[in-house]
Amino acid sequence: MGKQVLVIEDEPNIIEAISFILMRDGWSVATHSNGQDAMQVIRACRPDLLILDVMLPGRSGYDILTELREDTDLGRLPVLMLTARGQAKDREMAEKAGVSRFMTKPFSNAEVLEALRQLVPEE
Amino acid sequence: MGIFNVLIVVCLGYVALLFIVAFMAERAAARGQSSWLRSPFIYTLSLSIYCTAWTFYGAVGYAARSGLEYLTIYLGPTLVVVGWWWMLRKLVRIGRSQRITSVADLISSRYGKSNTLAVFATLVAVIGTTPYIALQLQSVTLSFSSFAGVEATVPPFGDRNAMAFWVAGGLAFFTILFGTRNLDANERHHGVVMAIALEAVVKLVALIAVGIFVIWGLAGGIEATLAKIDASPIGTFTPSAGRWAGLTFLSAAAFLTLPRMFQVMVVENEDERHLRTASWAFPTYLMLMSLFVVPIAVVGLELMPAGANPDLFVLTLPLSQGREGLAMLSFIGGFSSATSMVIVAAIALSTMVSNHIVMPIWLWLKEDGGTVVSGDVRGIVLLSRRVSIAGVLALGYLYYRISGGGAALAAIGLISFAGLAQVLPAMVGGMFWRGATRAGAMSGLAVGFFLWLFCLLLPSFGEGVVLSAETFQNGLGGLAWLRPQALFGITGMDPLVHAVMWSMSLNTLLFIFVSLLTFPSPLERLQGAQFVNVFQHSGATQGWSGGVAQSEDLMVMAQRILGGPEAQSFFQAEATRQGLAGFLPEPIPDFLQRLERKLSGSVGSATAHAMVAQTMGRATVSVDDLLRVADETAQMMEYQSQLETKSEELARTARQLRAANEKLTQLSVQKDAFLSQISHELRTPMTSIRAFSEILRDTDGLQQDALRKYAGIIHTEAIRLTRLLDDLLDLSVLENGQVNLNQRDGVLSTVIDHAVAATGAGAGRMRIRRTALTEAVPIHTDLDRLAQVFINLIANAQKYCDAERPELTITVQNRGASVVVDFIDNGSGVPREAQALIFEKFARVSEQKAGGAGLGLAICREIMARLSGSITYLPGQGGAAFRVTLRTIRTNAAK
Repeated sequence: MGKQVLVIEDEPNIIEAISFILMRDGWSVATHSNGQDAMQVIRACRPDLLILDVMLPGRSGYDILTELREDTDLGRLPVLMLTARGQAKDREMAEKAGVSRFMTKPFSNAEVLEALRQLVPEE
Repeated sequence: MGIFNVLIVVCLGYVALLFIVAFMAERAAARGQSSWLRSPFIYTLSLSIYCTAWTFYGAVGYAARSGLEYLTIYLGPTLVVVGWWWMLRKLVRIGRSQRITSVADLISSRYGKSNTLAVFATLVAVIGTTPYIALQLQSVTLSFSSFAGVEATVPPFGDRNAMAFWVAGGLAFFTILFGTRNLDANERHHGVVMAIALEAVVKLVALIAVGIFVIWGLAGGIEATLAKIDASPIGTFTPSAGRWAGLTFLSAAAFLTLPRMFQVMVVENEDERHLRTASWAFPTYLMLMSLFVVPIAVVGLELMPAGANPDLFVLTLPLSQGREGLAMLSFIGGFSSATSMVIVAAIALSTMVSNHIVMPIWLWLKEDGGTVVSGDVRGIVLLSRRVSIAGVLALGYLYYRISGGGAALAAIGLISFAGLAQVLPAMVGGMFWRGATRAGAMSGLAVGFFLWLFCLLLPSFGEGVVLSAETFQNGLGGLAWLRPQALFGITGMDPLVHAVMWSMSLNTLLFIFVSLLTFPSPLERLQGAQFVNVFQHSGATQGWSGGVAQSEDLMVMAQRILGGPEAQSFFQAEATRQGLAGFLPEPIPDFLQRLERKLSGSVGSATAHAMVAQTMGRATVSVDDLLRVADETAQMMEYQSQLETKSEELARTARQLRAANEKLTQLSVQKDAFLSQISHELRTPMTSIRAFSEILRDTDGLQQDALRKYAGIIHTEAIRLTRLLDDLLDLSVLENGQVNLNQRDGVLSTVIDHAVAATGAGAGRMRIRRTALTEAVPIHTDLDRLAQVFINLIANAQKYCDAERPELTITVQNRGASVVVDFIDNGSGVPREAQALIFEKFARVSEQKAGGAGLGLAICREIMARLSGSITYLPGQGGAAFRVTLRTIRTNAAK
């Protein structure tokens, strides 16, 4: 059983695509499509890595990330942010919120996998 | 011969004494030790200038001829001083506050500083005073010749006419010496006033001395005198009521209007409070003067030979009794009376002539050649005054010669009084009635003056001298109603009363009538207010309301008029007052006003005004000037309002620019947001497409169903992408107004049918409720675009209606000019806070992704706007409710 990745994304097709490539690469995958209760899901799931969308129904990815970084327990969780908004100010906001890696959609599957491996190195 | 020489010596000695007194007084005044000069008693004594040779000699003659009627001459002034002291006070206040130099100046100043009026008033004064001066010449000549006795022709005097000539010449010389040492008429003639006061004492003492001599020396005591009076014809004269009233009025009027009275009463007045003393002291003086008139007349008639001139009883009675010393005193008294009158009258008249006739002409002549300041004004003023004095005495001498020197003194005096009284209506009216106008004053004065001339002055020369006997008998030009002594056919009146009645009444009537008819100029109204309300605002004169004067020019001019030291100290004081060093104050209105007042003391207010005006490069302040000032003010106000409008416009433009800028900024922000959103909307399907295509490419041995599923996703997302691009283009076209509408006739129900079919809603899970009856509405519009709107609304209901059993109700209401189509589903509806946003681009409010690009309602809104209809969200319907309104009537706008 590989390391667990939690994917928080509201677009069903994208969830499906990401889930497929992660599982193909040996990751264990959990998904969630709402920003509102994202923190509870993260706490409950305690993943090794988090893939986070920005434009989420209920609550933005930035908010979730900010709260996450203030949490003593989950503060060091690696977060890969994927967003369709690829402007410079979006990247700045993400880095300010404490993102581990920022990637814009559409992404290359290989790059996403490469980033995951870097963020969660094998023991 | 011997006594005559003594007489000459005494006269010269007396004149020398007067001169010394005058000189000492001026010295004292210059040294500031003039407190005793300013005594109210000196003022009262100076008023006694009213009592001239006429009073000294003539009153006795008058009493001898007409009984107690002579008293009227004292009664008038007494009534004025006692009863009208408040009017005198006003006159004095006006004179001081406006720096009035003469009667003519007063009239001119009151009626808008009119020079025409000043000239006319001056002429009236000069011509009116001429008989009076002749009277003095006659009395002095008579008194001389009565001393000369047998020696009727005395070298170097020759006959009586030659003697009168010498007297006139001597008086002119004496007056010039006395009166034109100082230029400023308003810088009071302390010396002259002092000399007059001395003369007043001398003539009173002389008359009382003669009176005492007559009563106790000749008549034998008071009781005997009274008995003689009772026995004499004087006691039996029946007084004429008309003459008494007329003469009292005349003497009262003359007291106010005589140039010399005005000079001592107003111009030479030091302090208004002196009037209070004068109000009892002056009548007392008059009473003392008149006390011995009747006894002297009675005793004279008794003792002197028949045919002796009663006008000279005062002199001839002591002389006939061998009392040469007393006669000498009497002579000096008469001489005093005559000289004081001539000196002051000549000073007053010369001031008028110089200020109102000579100076304006000189100014007018100078106007072409250069500025006022180029000539020696001071010299010109002095010269013109001296010439005027000589001229006035020459006129007096002329009158004396023409009238033959034989008339009774009192008759001549009354002619003068009547002439000068013509100024009264304009003067008193101007002081109390603001409605009095220049035209009124001018016409009243003119009519009064010419009537006086015609009815009194010209006839006084006797028949055949100026007016022919024919005119006396049959009227001017044969017109019976123009007989000088029976005007308008009214006969049987005393000539004097007749003339006074006609001239004064017509004068007054015309003055009032014309004043009522005419409108005063602004300057007149200003001056009128200053005169009438002098007690409210003393000291302020009509002001300079702007203009740039050269202070230096003003100073040069002032120096020529006032003299160097005087002008310099005045300018320095003014500069200090303004807080400036040196001699040149700013030409502010305040300063100009004071300067004008100061100058008017020398040259009269009208001339001073003209000179300041000229120096300032302006004509006198006329109506036109004032109007121009008013115009300028109005223009400035207009400019100001224009500026205000301009600045308002600018502010408005700035506001508009700011608004436009804000809008642009907002648009720019919106554009950025729009691009960002488009980017997001495009990237989302692209992400799926890329991810799955890579999966398909990179994954070996993919299951067949997975393969088909992923290819399906790629396909769906590609279509979604295409639809999004279509929507964007559609919206762009709609928003830019470049859309081509295909307007056709149709029926609403058909369009709804089409929309329901296109969405497949009829066959789907959602139930559609319609009312076929109401849908049969004929419409004329772009049926395809309308169907697009309906499809959007039905599709939205399909996507977002969250009810267990979704239901969409389509209702149609035909409202005549418009038709309303409502689409109401039974879901939870659009949250209140989102209702305002749903028609905006990409404003997706639902949490669930429904595959739309978020442009549907925005497109619907644009379409309905193009179709001249509208689409709105209808709150409070339970579920989501949209209302489409469109016109049913064909309109041009819907083309």
